[in-house]
Amino acid sequence: MSLDPSYLDYPRRRRGMDHDLYPWSNLFERPPIAWPGGAAVAVWPVISLEWFPITPSDTPFRAPGHMQTAYPDYRHYTAREYGTRVGLYRLLDAFERIGARISVACNSAIAERYPELVADIVAKGHEIIAHSTDMNGTIASTLPVEEERALIATSLDTLERVTGARPRGWLSIARSQSFATPRLLAEAGVAYMCDWSHDELPVRFQTDAGPIVNIPLNHELSDRQILTIQQQSVDSYAQQMQDAYRWLEHEANSYGGRMLPLHLTPYIMGLPYRIDAFETLLAWITQQDRYWIATGTEILRHGMSAPR
Amino acid sequence: MQEGQSDPGLYDFAPWRGRPKIVWPQGKTVAVWVAPNLEFYELDPPANPLRKSWAKPHPDVVGYSHRDHANRVSHWRMADVMTRHGFPGSVSLSVALCDHIPEVVEDARQRGWEFFSHGIYNTRYSYGMDEAQERAIIEDSIRTVRAATGQTIRGWLAPALTHTPRTLDLIAEYGLDYTCDLYHDDQPTAVKVKSGTLTAIPYSLEVNDHYGFFVYNMSPRDYADTLIRQFERLAAEGEASGTVMCIPLHSYLIGQPHRIGPFEEVLRHIAADGRAWIARAGEIVDAWRAQTTGAGA
Repeated sequence: MSLDPSYLDYPRRRRGMDHDLYPWSNLFERPPIAWPGGAAVAVWPVISLEWFPITPSDTPFRAPGHMQTAYPDYRHYTAREYGTRVGLYRLLDAFERIGARISVACNSAIAERYPELVADIVAKGHEIIAHSTDMNGTIASTLPVEEERALIATSLDTLERVTGARPRGWLSIARSQSFATPRLLAEAGVAYMCDWSHDELPVRFQTDAGPIVNIPLNHELSDRQILTIQQQSVDSYAQQMQDAYRWLEHEANSYGGRMLPLHLTPYIMGLPYRIDAFETLLAWITQQDRYWIATGTEILRHGMSAPR
Repeated sequence: MQEGQSDPGLYDFAPWRGRPKIVWPQGKTVAVWVAPNLEFYELDPPANPLRKSWAKPHPDVVGYSHRDHANRVSHWRMADVMTRHGFPGSVSLSVALCDHIPEVVEDARQRGWEFFSHGIYNTRYSYGMDEAQERAIIEDSIRTVRAATGQTIRGWLAPALTHTPRTLDLIAEYGLDYTCDLYHDDQPTAVKVKSGTLTAIPYSLEVNDHYGFFVYNMSPRDYADTLIRQFERLAAEGEASGTVMCIPLHSYLIGQPHRIGPFEEVLRHIAADGRAWIARAGEIVDAWRAQTTGAGA
């Protein structure tokens, strides 16, 4: 047996990255970021607000958290709806109690179906990030580009119509993109996306339709990863966020402002047996000296270091 | 290896009881080495017929960007902690990193780390290669690391742990001294090869950070506790036997902000204990060969 000779060709073996989306850069050698008020750590809460049709689609792939049993999967349909009806309000109350404005990554179907819910979010000054159409709106390179372009437009247009403002940010379902996604988002006027976890500060991407920034919403720190996938306790989750905060705060002394993304899911973190520990974590954060709870747009405004 | 045989014939059986004791320098009981994997993964690699590169259709944004975190952020976080507590690295290197991001390789070189090959990219696998193709990646590895660092690689960890039946014979023929691909012991072992001398140095999957976090789903503090238990046991047993403990790392895992703090406590613990000979892989192989002629155990 032998492999096709091309398997030992490396056409992109060269200085820098193996693609043209962004250049290599070392976080520790960039000009320091200065957050407002001299904050060391920008805490970026992002709640994913999702509507799962009880008729799941596997094209291009089935979203995480989607239906699992034979039709009709009442258990998952309703458990996800629990997050939207109940869990979300627990999370919003927790943030509003400490006076925080946060980001909510929202399926456009949520805005159409539950406009009063979206009005509650917008009325408190929280930011809406576009999060596809509904949980059948997954993106991968197997999705035809025209369908992807239409999906992005539907999401942005619907959210703009219901909320009165066009979203500036985008989060793909499962952070899954096609090769075209950064370009299509730039083309649609999106200022930042949240899908890439390769850095801990905003990074500018280049596309044929112009630049777009990625603000890293680290999947490793999400409630889904720690609680649902890795099956750790909410107390462990809270401790991990505290450990991360302390490390980042220490780094900020030498290297400038740092970011701690808190990616939250209402049907995961908004449960009665978990929310107390999360509220305690928020209280702990507000006892720190140099925290700043920010929205994506605020981080975008302050978090781009000058080009080197 | 004995291709096609039910026992691959990699080494002689040697029971844990009754072996001659290995004595590490300064009378230490356990040789501890840290093996950071410095890797480069391709966004859109060609397909190997026997293994997929990414779980999703390319681009796998989560998989790729998670690993790219290593070369922008977490390498320095991990490396600074290692340097602070006196642990050099023995680097499992995707040698194409020398071309893509030489800054990472140069940082490791300046810290006095040793390099061995982990293939060209961690998205190019050895499965299915013929002998000439496998020789090409070994020769590429030797040439690329020598040009970038001045070092001649002494070891091999197969790219993404993909082997052929002839890999061990070939790396021994090219003069490499150790393999990290065999997990049968807590001491070095002589590997049976057609020519040359090859030593299996204990690496580890069980306490590899990838296993800790993604096979056993440990929290950062649970993983740190696991490493300390592993060390305590091997240091205690090593009084009678002389043991090796490897800490295999991926900076994109251990260098995440919620994990690096608990990990620093592990290095602090081992450095302060006094029983550890903190060394590079090549030094451990040399010390073992010097007292066993390389053919023992």
